[in-house]
Amino acid sequence: MNTDAKPATEPVKEPDAPQDRDAEAKSRSLLRDITSGDALAGVLAVLLAVFVGSVMIAATDEAVRETASYITARPSDFVTALWESISGAYSAMFRGAVFNYNLTEPAQQWRPLTETLKFAGPLIAGGLGVGLAFRAGLFNIGGRGQMLMAGAAGGWVGYQLDLPMIIHLPLAILVGMAAGAIWGGIAGLLKARTGAHEVIVTIMLNYVAYYLLFYALSRQFLLQAPGSANPKSLPMKDTAILPKVLGDQFNLHLGFVLALVAVAVAWWLLNRSTLGYRIRAVGENPHAARASGIDVGRTYTVVMMIAGSLLGLAGINQVLGTVTSGISLDLDASIGFDAITVALLGRSRPLGILAAGMLFGALKAGGFTMQTSENISVDLVLVVQSLIVLFLAAPPLVRAIFRLPAQEAK
Amino acid sequence: MRLVLRGITKRFGSVVANDSISLTVEPGEIHCLLGENGAGKSTLMNVLYGLYKADEGEIELDGEVQHFTGPGDAMAAGIGMVHQHFMLIPVFTVSENVMLGNESTGFGGTLDVDEARKRVLEISERFGFHVNPDALVEDLPVGVQQRVEIIKALSRDAELLVFDEPTAVLTPQETDELMEIMRQLKEAGKAIVFITHKLREVREVADRITVIRLGKVVGEAEPTATNAELASMMVGRPVELVVHKDEPTLGDDALVVKDLRVVDLAGNRQVDGLSFTIRAGEVLCVAGVQGNGQTELTEAILGLQDDVSGSISLDGVELVGRSTRQILDAGVGFIPEDRQVDGLVPGFTIAENLMLNRSFKSPFVKNGSLRIGALRAFADKTLKAYDVRARDIDTLAGNLSGGNQQKVVVARELSRDLRLLVAAQPTRGVDVGSIEFIHKQIVAARDGGIPVLVVSTELDEVVALADRIMVLYRGRIVGVVAADTPRETLGLMMTGERPQDLKDVVA
Repeated sequence: MNTDAKPATEPVKEPDAPQDRDAEAKSRSLLRDITSGDALAGVLAVLLAVFVGSVMIAATDEAVRETASYITARPSDFVTALWESISGAYSAMFRGAVFNYNLTEPAQQWRPLTETLKFAGPLIAGGLGVGLAFRAGLFNIGGRGQMLMAGAAGGWVGYQLDLPMIIHLPLAILVGMAAGAIWGGIAGLLKARTGAHEVIVTIMLNYVAYYLLFYALSRQFLLQAPGSANPKSLPMKDTAILPKVLGDQFNLHLGFVLALVAVAVAWWLLNRSTLGYRIRAVGENPHAARASGIDVGRTYTVVMMIAGSLLGLAGINQVLGTVTSGISLDLDASIGFDAITVALLGRSRPLGILAAGMLFGALKAGGFTMQTSENISVDLVLVVQSLIVLFLAAPPLVRAIFRLPAQEAK
Repeated sequence: MRLVLRGITKRFGSVVANDSISLTVEPGEIHCLLGENGAGKSTLMNVLYGLYKADEGEIELDGEVQHFTGPGDAMAAGIGMVHQHFMLIPVFTVSENVMLGNESTGFGGTLDVDEARKRVLEISERFGFHVNPDALVEDLPVGVQQRVEIIKALSRDAELLVFDEPTAVLTPQETDELMEIMRQLKEAGKAIVFITHKLREVREVADRITVIRLGKVVGEAEPTATNAELASMMVGRPVELVVHKDEPTLGDDALVVKDLRVVDLAGNRQVDGLSFTIRAGEVLCVAGVQGNGQTELTEAILGLQDDVSGSISLDGVELVGRSTRQILDAGVGFIPEDRQVDGLVPGFTIAENLMLNRSFKSPFVKNGSLRIGALRAFADKTLKAYDVRARDIDTLAGNLSGGNQQKVVVARELSRDLRLLVAAQPTRGVDVGSIEFIHKQIVAARDGGIPVLVVSTELDEVVALADRIMVLYRGRIVGVVAADTPRETLGLMMTGERPQDLKDVVA
C-alpha cells in the first residue's frame, strides 16, 4: 500500500516510481510472487487443500452418502459417518507416512517414516533443481527429460561396467548427474544464445528424451536387455546400487542422504557463493545484472546445468536406489513434475524445499495406505497435491479466504 | 467550483500521511501543492478523489459537504484527475478512451462513438488541443496523451481538475504547452490543483502555493517567492540550489571518443559520428531533449550496445569491443538513467546492491564465496557516508524512496577506484535534499581528478554541473559550448539549430 508518507525512520517507496513495466517484467513479478511469498501463505495453501480434500473424501464415501439420504431424520448418523470417513482417511495417511500405531514392534512401527524419507529424497533433489532455476528467473519444466537422460546414462554405467563399488557407485552417480546437466544446459544455452523461451524448450526436450530412451530401450545394441522383448535394461550390478542406510529391513537408501547433502550445497551456493549471488541478481533484475557486468546468458546456461544435475541426482536415485531392476521408461515416476510443486511450495528456498519434499514424500507414502486400508482412491491424494499448487499460484485467493491483509503494493 | 478541505487526516497504521490538512481552492485559480516525494500530496488527492477515506476531516464543494465512496462519486461531483501515469488504453482511439466508463449507447447497446468523437473535437477546438479523435493513443506523443486525459476529465464536466505531477514525463516544450493549457482552463473558470515538486513550474503558473512537508501544511507562499525560499520550506532547512564549484583543475585528455556510431536493434542510427574529449577533472554535460542519442551514447561507453563502431578510449585503452565487466573493471563508474531498471535489484538488500558490480573479485569475494563480514562493514560505513536514510543495510532497495535508491547507486559507483564517471539523469525523480547531495558528490569526483560525463534533460542540472556543455540532436553534436551559455541559446540548440556566431569551446 502506498502511504505517501515518509517519516525519517521508515522510508516508504516513492509514490511516483515508474510503474509501467513490460509484460516480461510482469511475468517475472508473478514468478517472484509465487516463489517468494511468505511461509504463512504456503501453510495456509496446504491447510486449504487438505480441507477441500476432506470434502471430497467425505463426498465419495459410501457411508456418508447413505446417511446423507436421511440426514433430516437422523443427522447424528451423518455426522458420525462424516467424522469416520475423514478421520479414518487422515489417520490412515499418518499410519502410512509417519508412525503405525497398530503394530507392536518399534522397528515396524517407524517403518512408514523411512518410506516417507525414501520418497522424499528424489523430490527434494528435483525440487532443488527446479527451485534453483526459479531463482534465476527460469521455469525449468524439463525435470522429466533431465531425469530420464540421467537415469539412462547412470543406469548404463550401473549395469554395464564391472568395477569395485567404491569406484562404480560414484562413477554411475557422476555420469548420471553430468547427463542431466547436459540436458538442462541445452535449454539454458538456447535461451542464452537465441532467446528461445525455456518453458517451450524444456517441455520439448522432455519429449525428445522420452522417445530417445524409448528407442534405446527397444534396441538390443543400445539399452535393451539381451533376449528381452520389453523396453527395459538389465538390472543394476550390486556394486552400483545405493546402499540401504538403516539395514536391509528398511528400503531407505543413500539417495536421501545425497539429497540432504544437495540441500546443504544448494543453500551455500545461493546464499554464500558469488555464483549464487549472480544467479539471484539475474533472477531479480536481469537488466541491472547486465549493466553491472554480469553475463546474463552465461548465468542462464550455468544455472540450467546445475538444475539439470540436481534433477539428474533425482533420476539416479530412482535407477540406482528405488527401482534397481533396470532402466525403464517410467523411471521418473512423475517426479520431474512433482518437483515443480515442491519447489513452489518450498518457495525456492533450499530449506523450504526440504520441508516441502518431506511433505510430498509423506503424501506419497501415506496415499498407498489410504487406498489399501480405507479404500480411498490415491487419485484424491493427487488432487490435494494439485490443489496446493493451485492455491499457491493464486496468493490473493488464499489471502481473501483467510482475510489476510494484502501485500505491499508494488 | 470552490473546494474546501477541512482538517483532513489520513493514517496508515502508525504512519500519519496527512495530518489535519486544510486547503481552499477557488474557481479560476491555479493552486499549487508543493512538497517532496512522499510528503503526502498524492494521499491528499486520493482522499479528495474518493480512493481513500479520510480518518478525520471533511471535503466541501461549493458549500456542500461531500461523502465520496469511490472515484465515481468524485467524478459525478465534478472532480477530474489527470494522473501521473496515464489511465488510457493504448490500442483504443482517442474517442474510445474518452468515452470509456461513460459510454453513451445507441439502439441495442451499440456504442455511440460519433457522439464521443464530436465531444473530443468540441473540447479540443475550444482549448486548442489539436487532438485527432481517431488516432490510436499508443501512436501519440506523451504530451498529447496527457491532453487526452484532460479531455477525458473535461468531457465529464469537471469543474475542478487535479494534475498529479503532470510534468514528470514531459519534455521542456511539452511542459510549456501544458502550462499554457492550464492557464486557459483557469480562464474558463475551472479550479485547478497542481501537484509538483518542481519550483520553476510552480512560480510560472501558480496563483497560490501551499507547501506540504511530512503530511502537514507548513505554510503558504506567493508565486513571487524565490526558489530558495520555496525549497527551504519544502525541505525544512536551507537548501543550496546552486552547486558551488571551483574552477576545474584540468589534467590530460582522459576519455577520447572518435567517430562513434551506434545502431539500435531496429536498425536506426541513434548515435551518428560523435567525436569529443573529456579531460581529467572536467565535467562534460550532454544536453538535449530525451531520445536524441544520449542513452545509446552512455550504453555504448559501458559496452551495453551491440552495434557500435568508432573508438572510445579511456586513458589510451580502447573500450569498444570489450565486455561490460571489463569496462567496469577498467574503472568506469555508471549511474544509469533508470535506476529501477538498470541500477538496482529491488529484491536485494542495500548491502547486496552495493556489491552488484563487484561480484567477481575482492574485496567482497574470496575463492568464489561471499565475504559477508567485509560487505556488511563496508555497507554500514557507506550508508552513513552517503546519507542513505534507511533502517539498516538489510532494508530491501525496493522499499527505499527514489532519492535514497539513487544514493545507493551513487555510493556503489563512487566508492570504487574510478577513472571515469558516467552519470545519466543522476537526479531524476529525486527529492531536493538528495539532489543537493548527489550534485556535491559528482563535483567532488571531478575535483578528485576524474573525468565526468553527465547526461541530463534538465537544463538546470546541466548548467549547474557543467564545465562544458555538449548539445545533442538526433545523434549528432550541435555544438560544444561554455557552461555560461545563455539558456535561450541552449534551448535553441536542443532543437537542432546552431546559432551563426557560435564558437565551440575546447577544454
